[in-house]
Amino acid sequence: MTTRHAHAAEPDRRRPRPWGDPLFRGLTAAAAVLFLALAAAILLELVNGSTLSLAKFGPSFLWSSAWNPVTGDFGALSSIAGTLITTAIAMALAVPMSLVIALFLVELAPPAVSKPVGAAIELLAAVPSIIYGMWGLFVFVPFMSDHVQPFLSAHLGFLPLFKGPPMGIGLLTAGIILALMILPFITSVMRDVLRMVPPVVKEAGYGMGSTVWEVARKVTVRYGVRGMVGACLLGLGRAVGETMAVTFVIGNNHRVGTSLFDAGNSIASALANEFAEAADPLYLSALVELGLVLFLMTFAIQGLTHVWIRHLERSAGRGL
Amino acid sequence: MNKFIAVLMACLTFAALAAAADLTGAGATFPYPLYAQWADSYKKLTGVGLNYQSIGSGGGIAQIKARTVDFGASDAPLTKAELDAAGLVQFPMIVGGVVPVVNLEGIAPGALKLSPAVLADIYLGVVKKWNDPAIAALNPGLALPTRDITVVHRADGSGTTWIFTNYLDKVSPAWHGKVGCGKEVAWPAGVGGKGNEGVAAYVQRIKGSVGYVEYAYALQNKLTHILLQNRAGVFVAPTQATFQAAAAGADWSAAPGLYVVLTDQPGDASWPITGASFVLIHREQQDAARAKSLLDFFAWCFADGDAAASHLDYVPMPDDVVALVESVWGAEVKSAGAAIWK
Repeated sequence: MTTRHAHAAEPDRRRPRPWGDPLFRGLTAAAAVLFLALAAAILLELVNGSTLSLAKFGPSFLWSSAWNPVTGDFGALSSIAGTLITTAIAMALAVPMSLVIALFLVELAPPAVSKPVGAAIELLAAVPSIIYGMWGLFVFVPFMSDHVQPFLSAHLGFLPLFKGPPMGIGLLTAGIILALMILPFITSVMRDVLRMVPPVVKEAGYGMGSTVWEVARKVTVRYGVRGMVGACLLGLGRAVGETMAVTFVIGNNHRVGTSLFDAGNSIASALANEFAEAADPLYLSALVELGLVLFLMTFAIQGLTHVWIRHLERSAGRGL
Repeated sequence: MNKFIAVLMACLTFAALAAAADLTGAGATFPYPLYAQWADSYKKLTGVGLNYQSIGSGGGIAQIKARTVDFGASDAPLTKAELDAAGLVQFPMIVGGVVPVVNLEGIAPGALKLSPAVLADIYLGVVKKWNDPAIAALNPGLALPTRDITVVHRADGSGTTWIFTNYLDKVSPAWHGKVGCGKEVAWPAGVGGKGNEGVAAYVQRIKGSVGYVEYAYALQNKLTHILLQNRAGVFVAPTQATFQAAAAGADWSAAPGLYVVLTDQPGDASWPITGASFVLIHREQQDAARAKSLLDFFAWCFADGDAAASHLDYVPMPDDVVALVESVWGAEVKSAGAAIWK
């Protein structure tokens, strides 16, 4: 009773204030614009920092494989190639596996299994990347050099991709470590996406006499395609820019080889390694330009994916 | 609750005061463990602390030029011209050695002998196998494996690399022509590990590898060091004594700006890949009292810090070099025209 009286005593509470909505709109808009401005500022700063290198090397920076701090000749080819190759290996391994794990957890596993496994996946997603790097160097690299790489050279050694001494480190190892890193990431988002597919839609599928596989393939996955591509994008973003885990195992070498066993480098690892001691202005400028290339690469990947999603929606239909 | 806040405020104020009195430095990572040890002992003794950020030599040089720290530290010395342009004074603090290490089954520490030319050829990728005739000729009676050589170098720019490539640059015309000397170079062969610990880990991991690390890392990781032929033609082992021999053989007083590189020094006992780690301070000091307290700290390190240095596997500066450094302080470090060190 008393509370009711108190409410009655403050009739203003319920009347909307005339400036409330505009204020809210202004605040949220400002936050959104700030984000855009931040991205623009980063781009501007990167371009500004790399003017020396841009002026000296021009577009040939992108396909030159030189990297000589002594003579001041720089090119980004090995770093770009390393970034793309390791990311491609990581995505090729992680995406199908994540999809299978997520489908199992949502569609097939009893709660007694899916709950603890789900918790374990979220835990793995929160492990800092340096831990993956250290584990990679001290545990996974010896395993690669003693077992995986000799096996690959013995059976697939006729391909140039699997030639070379099995040192354990290199592009392949870095790609696999990246896959392990982004797997829990992608899986946990995919699981959430698949969970949001309305049961009615799936039950309609089962009602038609479809098997679990058919429902998963033709109903669940199609319904969640947009969210699942988003999940992959998150993983991709992490793989492209990952620094410490890659630096530990990639071998850090500015050379472009033909074998996945070769040591290489990625843009992020080159920056992590060389920034601290780059005193020469041109050297510093070349490193900043590497950062610019990474920034633009991420932008391009995002843009292409958006185009692809739109295409998918046109062909597969939005939400089935 | 109020009492708690009062205590907290008191603590914060105290911390702020203590921080204000602390000396600040930034730069090379190589001497960091020793500087930290010295700072700790000195603080217990005098109450004056040191906040040293091991951000790398390049960063240290940039910070001292910008006057954001009291001193900078670099593993590679600046030339007289660079010092004059920035108004800096430079002096050596400690000496250390860079040690080539190998991972070869059946080869004990100090069993493998290499000459400067062969070491350079290995790093150039010319000598590719451990049983190469060039290596076998230096090691009669040693069973060399047929393994491929995997060269390991630093991936990050570093003073250690500067000392190592400076040495190869001096002893090998081919290296001088193709690669040169720098904190980071275009390596003709091999794989790169991040930091001394990264190189040490790769050498331990990869069979048939050869790498180079600071002496302390070779000892701590129990890596297999080699014997290297010095300028006098003698094969020497990396020890504190051979580093000190290299430092003692150098003519510091004749070097403008104390620009002395200790690689490839003469003398039967000299380890050829030796280097000093330098400290940079401004010639013109704004705060005389603070500058005096900074020089007091360095003087204490030279006088009473030798045991700590040796314990951490660094080599203290010889006494005649210390006397020379202190005379340079007296002559060059000034505040408003008055000498600070008397």
